[in-house]
Amino acid sequence: MIKTGDSSSRNTELDLSARIAGVTFKNPIVMASGTFGFGKEYAKFYDVNELGGISGKGLTLQPKAGNQGTRVYETASGMLNSVGLENPGVAAFLDKECAYWETLDTVRIVNLGGNTFEDYVAGAELIQKDADTRGRKAVDMIELNISCPNVKEGGIAFGIRTCDARELVRAVRQATSLPLSVKLSPNAEDIADMALMCQEEGADAVSLINTISGMKIDVRRRRSVFNNLYAGLSGPAIKPIALRMVHQVAQRVEIPVIGMGGISSATDIIEFIMAGAAVIQVGTYNFMNMRAGQDLLRDLRQFMLEENIASLDEIRGII
Amino acid sequence: MGTVISNERLADNVYHLRVSGDYGGEMGQFYMLRAWGAYPVLSRPLSIHQVEDNGIEFLYHVVGEGTELFAQLTPGDDINLEGPFGSGFPAVTGRVALVGGGIGIAPLLYCAREIPGCDVYLGFSREPFRTEEFRPYAAKLTVDVGGLILDNVDFAEYDHIFVCGPHPMLKAAQLKGIAAATSGSPVNVYLSLENRMACGIGACLVCSVSCKDGQRKACADGPVFLAEEVVFHD
Repeated sequence: MIKTGDSSSRNTELDLSARIAGVTFKNPIVMASGTFGFGKEYAKFYDVNELGGISGKGLTLQPKAGNQGTRVYETASGMLNSVGLENPGVAAFLDKECAYWETLDTVRIVNLGGNTFEDYVAGAELIQKDADTRGRKAVDMIELNISCPNVKEGGIAFGIRTCDARELVRAVRQATSLPLSVKLSPNAEDIADMALMCQEEGADAVSLINTISGMKIDVRRRRSVFNNLYAGLSGPAIKPIALRMVHQVAQRVEIPVIGMGGISSATDIIEFIMAGAAVIQVGTYNFMNMRAGQDLLRDLRQFMLEENIASLDEIRGII
Repeated sequence: MGTVISNERLADNVYHLRVSGDYGGEMGQFYMLRAWGAYPVLSRPLSIHQVEDNGIEFLYHVVGEGTELFAQLTPGDDINLEGPFGSGFPAVTGRVALVGGGIGIAPLLYCAREIPGCDVYLGFSREPFRTEEFRPYAAKLTVDVGGLILDNVDFAEYDHIFVCGPHPMLKAAQLKGIAAATSGSPVNVYLSLENRMACGIGACLVCSVSCKDGQRKACADGPVFLAEEVVFHD
């Protein structure tokens, strides 16, 4: 119940929290993998501990140099990227970045990608081993990326057909007892079917959507802008598709849905919550506003006050 | 938030933007600029042309949607600046040359002011611009139109050479630096690279640069790199 009083005291009564597999998010704003590094860069602009969580840059078992050539191109209300999972590798992450993550008071999510079945499983095992050694002080959750569209060798191959992904989700589930969310591709044949499979295989949540496969042609040079031909579309342009998919998936599964795709305002967040998301992720909007997390949280609280919403649970999944 | 003082067209598609406010930075660093709301999605990185007591100046070339919007700015308009970002040119002493090609002259005026007695080489494919502004600081000023400005620079004469310009010019400067070193005149060649950026602060890795020791970030590790560290793929 909202009581009268000054806004600061009313703010403290708002409940923005959510729980996934025993992990408490203090608010629904989680920074999306690949757009926020491991959090350090944005910590210069605001206190990242204000965030609900951070999904780190996508990791693979071995370090990856990523794609050559153009990696980003602006589109109408969005952007295409073809980074190709440049990352230091799981082991280097655990050695070098986890010390910083141990200092954070926000949900820390390792995003795990891979080229081969074996790499995914070995990566999950390494993360589990490190979590056991540290007493789970640095990593709260694994987000399994079966859907990166920019890696030729694999990645998306797992994310298209449910039967191809099932064995992978099962093996990674067996490799780790950490809370596990599976990040789904909008390019999947049937994303709700894919989500249901993840639930059946013991995933604690699903994250969606990853970028949508897209293209840009340089007409003067008569070639694709990207060496890999296609690239991943993100930003406000994809929000209606993402929202529809989050809604479809939330209708089908019991496990929590982590919703994302073009979110760039508090009302966007509310839409995803109403569609059934437990928490949401913010990606491209970080590039539009370096203080995205701070500003969205302020605006979200303001919206809740204006609309007399004391807890996000009141509106979650109401559509 | 800054306020536009002036936004003057200097040549075909080249503009000089002055913004009031307390903005600093070092030679070769850049700002992320945004003169619109949500769209275009990405801010645009521009290197510092000059820092003044009451503001900061940029040069830009209109190449797309964002810079077209910059070109429409008039005095009094708001513009959002984040920065300064990146690792710029080092403060050096000795015999120094600054070599700029086209819009690549943008970061070099600030360098000329900071390094008294440097030699300045400015090359343009067509109409030259902002050349006279260098004259008070330069020991020697060479302006070339239509040729290859690097042809005018004897790398053996210098201890440090700062280069900013189109991609082929940067590659050529790297080769000239190697050739000078091989023939017994080692010279530190610094290249200011231009890359498409998204975050501007080292988080998103879209501006990655191949270097001898692995991938580096143009926005955070650069935009200025020692030429010998950079691996050009095309």
